[in-house]
Amino acid sequence: MSLYAMQKFLFALNRDAEVQRRFAEGGDTRTALLAGYDLNDEEREAIGTGDIGKLYVLGCNGQLLMHFAPLLGIAWADYLEAMREGVRKYGPVRAGIYAMTTGTDEKVAGV
Amino acid sequence: MSLVFAGVCSHAPGITGRAHLADPAVKDEFHAQFHRFGEAMRATKPDAVIVIAAEHFANFFMNNMPAYAIGMADRYEGPIEDPKWLGIEARTIPGDAALSQRLIREVMQTVDVAYAEEWKFDHGIMVPLNFLTPNFDTKVIPVNINCQGPPLTPLHRAWAFGEALRRACDKAPERIALVGTGGISHWPATPDSGKVNAEWDAEFMRRWCANDREALLSQVDYNDEATYREAGQGGFEIRTFLSVAAAARGKGEIFHMKAIPIFAVTCTAAVMSVA
Repeated sequence: MSLYAMQKFLFALNRDAEVQRRFAEGGDTRTALLAGYDLNDEEREAIGTGDIGKLYVLGCNGQLLMHFAPLLGIAWADYLEAMREGVRKYGPVRAGIYAMTTGTDEKVAGV
Repeated sequence: MSLVFAGVCSHAPGITGRAHLADPAVKDEFHAQFHRFGEAMRATKPDAVIVIAAEHFANFFMNNMPAYAIGMADRYEGPIEDPKWLGIEARTIPGDAALSQRLIREVMQTVDVAYAEEWKFDHGIMVPLNFLTPNFDTKVIPVNINCQGPPLTPLHRAWAFGEALRRACDKAPERIALVGTGGISHWPATPDSGKVNAEWDAEFMRRWCANDREALLSQVDYNDEATYREAGQGGFEIRTFLSVAAAARGKGEIFHMKAIPIFAVTCTAAVMSVA
């Protein structure tokens, strides 16, 4: 259920200002926020460090992940590159329906 | 008969949010056709517009995911995304709870649909409205078909849902427009973002324009496995197009159908006659 929990956290983060505030505050507040979700250490670290590439490889739905990036201040081109970098570092997408079908050096959106 | 307009269009957030990153000539041509699509809708003087969108976990999550849902409120809010990111400012959009309730009651005669007295619009509705009703002053009835979290509704059920919407519109005295948003082939929010399958898109839209029910519901061509393989996870949103074809019963005319990679989709706007 960990992938589900990660996605549920992203769902809450995308739509709930209080969750956004607690995440942005960082430190113990962020730790306590994430403790409310059934995450393993790898997932908790990926969320806590804003590792878009790892979250993508772990199977997070792109429609949820897409909003995490601007919340972290990551521009569109950098968001796409972060996912490519994730596949380079951690290997192919492990779950979900957002697998990558182009090469890590291809930039089909032009950026 | 009170269905006065039917059409389908893209809803990708890049259409407004990344407009400045596109080739201006290409962007301007698409935006012009999208606005023409809106003008065609407004020319029919609708009292309300039903927007069938594939929403993206703005309101519904996988702890309780309805295959179909219809909004039932007098006002809605949007966008749920950062307005700067989407390029559309936050606002309240008028709804019509009483009309929604009448539509829902009729749809329920044949399709089990969820209702929602709260609904936050995401780009699936906000981007189309930006062109359909630039002043956001027409009543909107939001509709969602789950195209995000499998298992997804079978295609023939999306068709039946469109037929149910048509029956419901026919029973309403109001003039109602119907717009499906989403599709066609695309791989949004992945590193493949920008990729499309132009041949697949052209063939699907040829079938859509012909309102060829049998071809559109082909279990060989458009089952979930084939759609995912050929058209990406964004291709699942063809369900919104199927519902519109089932409701309109007419023939389609394409205003625009060309890929704009930075918008991550084959940018489409097409109307269908109401028969």
